[in-house]
Amino acid sequence: MSATASIEGRAFGDHLLLALVILLSIVMIAPVLWVIGLSLKDNTELMADPNSVFHAPYTLKNYINTVGTSSVFIWVRNSIIVSGGLTLGTLILSSLAGYGFARLNFPGRDVLFVIVLFGLAVPEQAVLVARHQIFSMLKFHNTYQGLILPGLSAPFGVFLMTQYFKAIPKELDEAAMLDNASRLRIFWKVLLPLTLPAQATLGIFTFLGAWNDYFWPLISATRKDMFTLTVGMASTQTNFAQSEGIGFLMAQAVFAGAPILIVYLFFQKYIVTAVSGAAVR
Amino acid sequence: MVDRLATSPTATLAVGVRAPTADIYAPQWRNFIFVAPFLFFFTTLLLFPLLWGMWLSFHKADTFSSGNFVGLGNYARLYHDKVFLQSIWNTFYFALLTVPTLALIGLFLALCLNRRTRTAAVLRTLFFSSSVLSVTIVTLIWRIVFIPNVGLLSTIYGWFGATAPAFISDPSLAMIGIAIATIWWCIGLPMMLFLSALQQIPQDIYEAAALDNANRWQTLRSITLPSIKRTFILVIIIQIVLQFQLFGQAWLMTRGGPNNLTKPIVLYIYDTAFRRWDLGLGAAASEILFILILVAAMAQYLVTRSRGDQA
Repeated sequence: MSATASIEGRAFGDHLLLALVILLSIVMIAPVLWVIGLSLKDNTELMADPNSVFHAPYTLKNYINTVGTSSVFIWVRNSIIVSGGLTLGTLILSSLAGYGFARLNFPGRDVLFVIVLFGLAVPEQAVLVARHQIFSMLKFHNTYQGLILPGLSAPFGVFLMTQYFKAIPKELDEAAMLDNASRLRIFWKVLLPLTLPAQATLGIFTFLGAWNDYFWPLISATRKDMFTLTVGMASTQTNFAQSEGIGFLMAQAVFAGAPILIVYLFFQKYIVTAVSGAAVR
Repeated sequence: MVDRLATSPTATLAVGVRAPTADIYAPQWRNFIFVAPFLFFFTTLLLFPLLWGMWLSFHKADTFSSGNFVGLGNYARLYHDKVFLQSIWNTFYFALLTVPTLALIGLFLALCLNRRTRTAAVLRTLFFSSSVLSVTIVTLIWRIVFIPNVGLLSTIYGWFGATAPAFISDPSLAMIGIAIATIWWCIGLPMMLFLSALQQIPQDIYEAAALDNANRWQTLRSITLPSIKRTFILVIIIQIVLQFQLFGQAWLMTRGGPNNLTKPIVLYIYDTAFRRWDLGLGAAASEILFILILVAAMAQYLVTRSRGDQA
């Protein structure tokens, strides 16, 4: 594209494409600006005239209400515990298993790896009903372990780490072996530091996925004090316009969405790599 | 083996590098310890529930008991359940609305934004940013766009004295409304997949084409598009798998209504298993979904593999 573009110069077609891209970016951004605008308006004023969004007075009242009256902090805390716990667990399990599958040999290794790969094709919905019943019997619902444990069975991390360990030259382990290092020591001191980029990618991906997960927390956490942020926010949006006021709901949305967007701006590279990597596998 | 190395390091060294290599990679039971923790969770929380779910689908079960064996009874009930058949149709209709649109807009954006300029980088960030939001926030945003009176859409229509289409409540538009919100939410991934495919096309092909005085359209048709054909198929399959799992948007925007017209399979499963507590029937429905997704996943596996063979 760029080579031909420079030769032909800026044509009419260029402007047309540019206009289309600008139009699409407005579609991307306008709803968010609208939500932010509504979140800064008094509810009665909004109901009288929706166009009042475009002029003062603006107020932070909705945000004060969000922080003061809703359970949003409890949900944020739950989400941090669940996403953090799941991320930590996934990193540990995936690194160990990735090293095992990539570097070590044990009876049945290749068959096991194929079974794990098959797990990638299993959609969450195919196991939900049974998982829910098992967790009912174990009395795991409405607990943190109930929210964290299912995610630990996801094979994507193992797949990613196995690929990554395979890409590290074997000579490194062999050299360390000659230095009498134990296998655990080689894993911990020599190889693990080299996998930091993969750890970051997997960690951010897992955290984001857990943070945004909706289905499992919806069926497992049924008590209000065990809601994660996604489920909690969803629970307040029922009966939309009638109940608490649109400005308040919008303030909640901004409050919940802004941190994730800021994190995205900082870790963009890792997030994009992780999400595309998980999709293609 | 490590012990042997420890007792006679000089002897091993004398043999050379070959000898330890052969030993290190010999199968040993204790190496299993590294994969055991993951396999424990994988087996108990994925493989076992998968099989348990299949078993449940042949039973009339509730939360605490597996109930009676009913054979294919649950599947027969699904076959005669108009709501379930409607939900299969809805799922396909939703995929038809979203998948091609996502692929085409994604491709368009990738072609336009595959430049090293700052503007292009900012726009790429923008178009991917919605993907990091949760389904709750996305549906909240789009409900407020579509809502009558104070919604963004009705405000814009209001400027021109027109009435906005009722994307949530009109039976013929509700699914389209959900599809619009979904496309807005998911556009980042196809764009990024196309971008990385475009960057893998060798630059010298383009230089050669420029020397041959090929115009932009010819370059696009005979170089760019053929080079990313496989990615296009991949994007389509990935999106089919993703969009077949539609749940949150439909549940939060329309609750599956009006008249079950926006109720996808996953919402049917949720309703059956977790609101009416008919676990057997819910499990049977999820097996049907599993088969549908497995077919797409197998197709993806074949496409990815053949790309590997070619490279």
